[in-house]
Parts: sequence; C-alpha cells; structure tokens
Amino acid sequence: MKTNGRKSAPMAVQLPKCPTGIQGLDEITGGGLPRGRPTLVCGGAGCGKTLLAAEFLVRGVTQFDEPGVLMAFEETEKELTANVASLGFDLAGLVRRKKIVVDYVHIERSEVQESGEYDLEGLFVRLGHAIDSIGAKRVVLDTLEVLFASLPNEAILRSELRRLFRWLKEKGVTAVITAERGRESLTRHGLEEYVSDCVILLDHRVNDQIATRHLRVVKYRGALHGTNEFPFLIGDEGISVLPITSLSLNHQVSTERIPTGVARLDAMLGGKGFFRGSSILLTGTPGTGKTIVSANFAQAAAKRGERVLFFSFEESPDQITRNMHSIGLRLEPLVKRGLLRFHSARPSLYGLEMHLATMFKEISTFKPHVVIIDPITSLMDCGTDSENKGMITRLIDYLKAGQITSLFTSLTQGGHALQQSEAAMSSLMDSWLLLQDFEGNGERNRVLYVLKARGMAHSNQIREFLISDRGIDLVDAYIGPSGVLTGSARAAQGALEKAALLAAQQEAAQLKREVERKRAAIERQINGLRADYEIEAEELRRIAEQVGTSTRMLTTERTASGILRQADTKAVVRPHSPSRNGKVNS
Amino acid sequence: MKSKTAKPRAATKPRPPAKLWQLRLYVMDQTAKSQMAFANLKKICELHLKGRYRITVIDLLKQPQLAKGDQILATPTVVRKLPSPMRTVIGTLSDTERVLVGLDLRPAA
Repeated sequence: MKTNGRKSAPMAVQLPKCPTGIQGLDEITGGGLPRGRPTLVCGGAGCGKTLLAAEFLVRGVTQFDEPGVLMAFEETEKELTANVASLGFDLAGLVRRKKIVVDYVHIERSEVQESGEYDLEGLFVRLGHAIDSIGAKRVVLDTLEVLFASLPNEAILRSELRRLFRWLKEKGVTAVITAERGRESLTRHGLEEYVSDCVILLDHRVNDQIATRHLRVVKYRGALHGTNEFPFLIGDEGISVLPITSLSLNHQVSTERIPTGVARLDAMLGGKGFFRGSSILLTGTPGTGKTIVSANFAQAAAKRGERVLFFSFEESPDQITRNMHSIGLRLEPLVKRGLLRFHSARPSLYGLEMHLATMFKEISTFKPHVVIIDPITSLMDCGTDSENKGMITRLIDYLKAGQITSLFTSLTQGGHALQQSEAAMSSLMDSWLLLQDFEGNGERNRVLYVLKARGMAHSNQIREFLISDRGIDLVDAYIGPSGVLTGSARAAQGALEKAALLAAQQEAAQLKREVERKRAAIERQINGLRADYEIEAEELRRIAEQVGTSTRMLTTERTASGILRQADTKAVVRPHSPSRNGKVNS
Repeated sequence: MKSKTAKPRAATKPRPPAKLWQLRLYVMDQTAKSQMAFANLKKICELHLKGRYRITVIDLLKQPQLAKGDQILATPTVVRKLPSPMRTVIGTLSDTERVLVGLDLRPAA
C-alpha cells in the first residue's frame, strides 16, 4: 500500500506519458499510459474495458486535444454511442466534429470462406485511413480478439497482429487494446505476448454480495507504477479510480472553532467547540441520541449560514425532520433556504465505492461546510474491514482537503470491546465523543464523554445528557462515594444532599440562638449584680450622710449641755461609736 | 485500375440479366498475391460463370476509404455483391473448392 507512482524518484529519462484524464488512473501510472505505445487492458466480461478505452479517447479529445480512432470489433457505432452516453460522453458529437472516428469492424465467420494465403492489410488500411483522416493521436482497438473467432487461420492472424502492433508504434499513436481475460493467462488468446509495454488488469469481484471493480497495473515497462489493486467505479461522469494512497497528509488546517450547538458541549471542548475542518466521531449504543446530536450540530451550522450536507443511511429526510420536531429542532426552514440538504440512501443500494463516488459528487456539487454521515457503520456493512478503512480514509482526506467539518456517527453494540474495535477508525478522527447508556434504578440514562479532542483542552468528565422537548442539555452527573449517579438517582442524591444541608443549617441556627440566649442571660445577671451593687452603694452613701448629721447634732447637743453643765469642751468633742448610735437613733 | 472489367461474353443463353454476378476483388497494391487472386478468380468465373460475371478490382492502397463499406479486413478479399446475399472469400483463392463453396457457386446444372 505504500507504492505510488507519484513518489517515483526522478529518473534520468522519464518515459513520455500520455495522460488519460481518467480520475485517479494517471496518479497510479505516474502520468498516464506510455505515449506512442500500445497498452493492453484486459479483464472479464462486464468489468468496464470498453468504457475505460472510450473514456481514454473522449478525454483525449476534450482535455488534451488529441483526436482518436475507435475501432470496435464487438459493438456498432450506435451501440457504443448509446453506451458511453450514460457516462455523459457525446460520442456522436465528437464524431461529427471530426475529433473521433468510430469504425465498426464486423466479420462473420459463417459468411467468410478462406482460400489461400492472405494478410490483414485491409485492417491496416482502414485504421491508417481513419488515423490520417483526423490526425489521430490515440487509437482504441476494442476487443481485437474477436478476430480469433472470425478468422480461422490463427497462424496468419498472429503474425499479422504482431505486425499490427509494430505498425501502431511506428505510427506513433498511443493505443489501448482491450482483451478478454483468459483462464490462466492474462488474455484468452495471449495478446500480452505482443503488447508488452503496459498491461492493465480490470476485475469485477463480488464480496459478500457486493460487487466492486478493481484495477491493477500489472506491468508498465520503463516506469514505476502503483502495483496494488485499486478499486474503481463507473459513475455517471466516467470512471474514477480511487487510489487509497493518495492520502498525503498535507492538507491545510484551520484554527477557527465552530460551536456544536450545545453550549455545555462547547464548554467541554475547551469552551469553543470543534475545529473547522476536523473530523468528529460520535459513537454510541442504540438510542443514545447520536442522530439528535448530529441534527443539533447541523442546525447550529445552518443557522450560522453554513451549508450542511446530511447523509443518512438509516432514516429518510422526512423522518429525521419529523423526529427532530420532538426535541424542538425545526429543520425544514433550513432545508427550504438551501442551507441543509439531506441525502438518504440504503447502504445496500450499491457497493462501497459507488457510495463513496455518490458522496463525492454530492459534496462537490453542494460544497458544504459541514458534512454529517449518519451512521458510518451501516455503510461499513457493505465492505470488508480493509475496504472500509480505505474508504473512510479517502473520505476524510477528501473532506479535509476541502476544509469541510465532518461528523460521523457510529453505532456500537454496547460493551467495551467495541470501543476497541473502533480504534482503527478513531485514529483517523480528530475528536471522539462517546454517548453511553447508564443502567440502574430501573432506568437508562444517557451520558456523554469527550474521549479525545485533538488540539484542545477538553473536559475529561462525564456529563449526563438530557433530551427534552426543548432540545438537548448536558448536566453534571453526580460523582460521589457511591459512584456515578444519573437520572433520578442523581436527583435523589441531590435532594438528599439538600436535606442534609438544610439540617446542618438548622442546627447551626439553633446553636447560634442558644449562644445568644446565654449571652443575654449573662448580660441580665451582670445587670442584676450591678443593680444590687448600686443599691448598696446608695445605702452606704445615705448612711454616711446620716452618721455625719447625727454626729453634728450630737456635738451640738453635747456642747449645749456642756455649756449648760459648764463642762470642759475638749472632753465632750470626742464622739463614741457614732454609726451605731446614729443607726439606733434613726 | 479501378474497373478492370471482364467483358460479358456473347449472351448466347437466354438468361435474365438479373443473374449477372457482381464480384469485387479487394487487393492491396499490385503484389504477387493480388495478381494470383485475380488470376484464380478469373479462372473460376470463366469456368462456372462464363458471360455472367463482372469483377471489379479495388486497390485499397489508392482507395482506402472503400475498405469500410464491405467490412474488409483481409486482403485479398472477394466479395459477391450480387446475387445477394453477400458472400466473402478471403485469400489468394488458390483452393478452388473453397472458393466455390464460399461464393455459393455450384457448377452450372
């Protein structure tokens, strides 16, 4: 898977190449078919040999201005014109404009009798005449081997064919010769013996009821080329070969961030949402809301005026719009304004390659800013693991080259093993959101994780994912000693915590009141004591006054009586226990 | 040498002109093979179709565009244009039996 013609080291002398214009083929062959030499295209019935050859001619005219001759041995000009018209090629018009000559060579064995020696000069003359009449640079001989059935003398035929190819080389035309694939050799009649410059093998295989076409460059003399089998498909714009290895990992990146449409999810993604042009994987078990997240993202983008292309492989557009009504998302106005386009198809409608081609075509015509693929897993039922990986790689590569943000939903069947099985796909993704169910308490609750988000600081926490008629919301899940609680358990736990808080608050208030009361009591006591003290102090003051008065009075009296008794004044002045006396007297 | 036509000989037998055989011999240049084919064809015609045939020799070297019309691949090729249906014999016509079968030319009864 590593070889690629484009990576070829610069050679001293590069073979001149003749670009085919066929999407992808020139990349594999490193520029096209060998110029001026015949190329053999072989393959079984119905694998697209004639179409490849016809496209080589038509694109030669339309893209490289190289007229061509188509010598058809199997189909008439009319049939060919009709056949390639389905690829959008106007063969008849090119014939009219003298850019292409179609020569139908028909020879019926039953009508021809052989007698004696002959050569195929007639064929040479016709071919030469056709080439010269328009100056053709390209020649297609569509199933030359029919001659083996028409002409009985194989010895002559073989020597003439050898001469033919030599003649073609001398003419300097780039020729494509188609041939039926043989059982053991590349072609039924061993044409590879004569055409040895370039051999391309086409193959149409059925794997698990899904048919896929493959192209392989078996041989390319003198040039490096991709040697792998490359899937190719025939779409309504011709053949496109899809080289898996064209993923060169050099696309430009944007630092612009785009919101997801859910504010809390943006917050989880570093506060701003996804990077523009990044690829996002959204995995989840059935019923976890993948489509809802996608639709939400789509709506958010369309409301910003961006174009959104929604590939749905499970539901019809009407069904999605109806279902999104239930969560309050109105998508029809966006569809009407041409901002949102749905593309619904059953995954089993056609093979993986065809799906891819259809998607490429839709994307290139609608030029969306955001592409949603819901779900990528049902598409992956179409192919084998390696095909799927190749397809997703190419798809992401294509989208990233166009800076288109892509959201892929992926359905997992639950359990953790599947998370690993998707690791292969997830390595291609820039962001990975996981939606999960949490079971317990008789209910299922949705949770969302951001498993990875390249280039941004994202939340590592689980969020409960709520879907209501107003859309989606993310709430913190309860994470406590008893684990992660969601839904009613989370609500119950919340209530429980609220009650506990209330009780604690009440207790604190109670305590506060108690303290207050105590403080008041002490205050009261202090006041009482102070009052007592003041009463006593007052008493004391009064008594002191009384004592003073009575002492004075006594002194006066004694003086008076002393005067009366003419006693010595000095002896009388000394008072005896004035307070007791005073108290008694009062 | 576009129409090297052998003259119809004296129409002694009362045969309708519709029975005239028109043969075209496509050759490539005046090679030995071309000449051998013409000689062989003429010999057979003289023997079996005396007076009732016309051979037109077409040299594809000079008129390559004529090859497409009669679906000529090999040279030399004899094409019986008339009577229809068209029949073709390729080669130098050295095998007379095969030429007779190829042109559906049974010996005259």
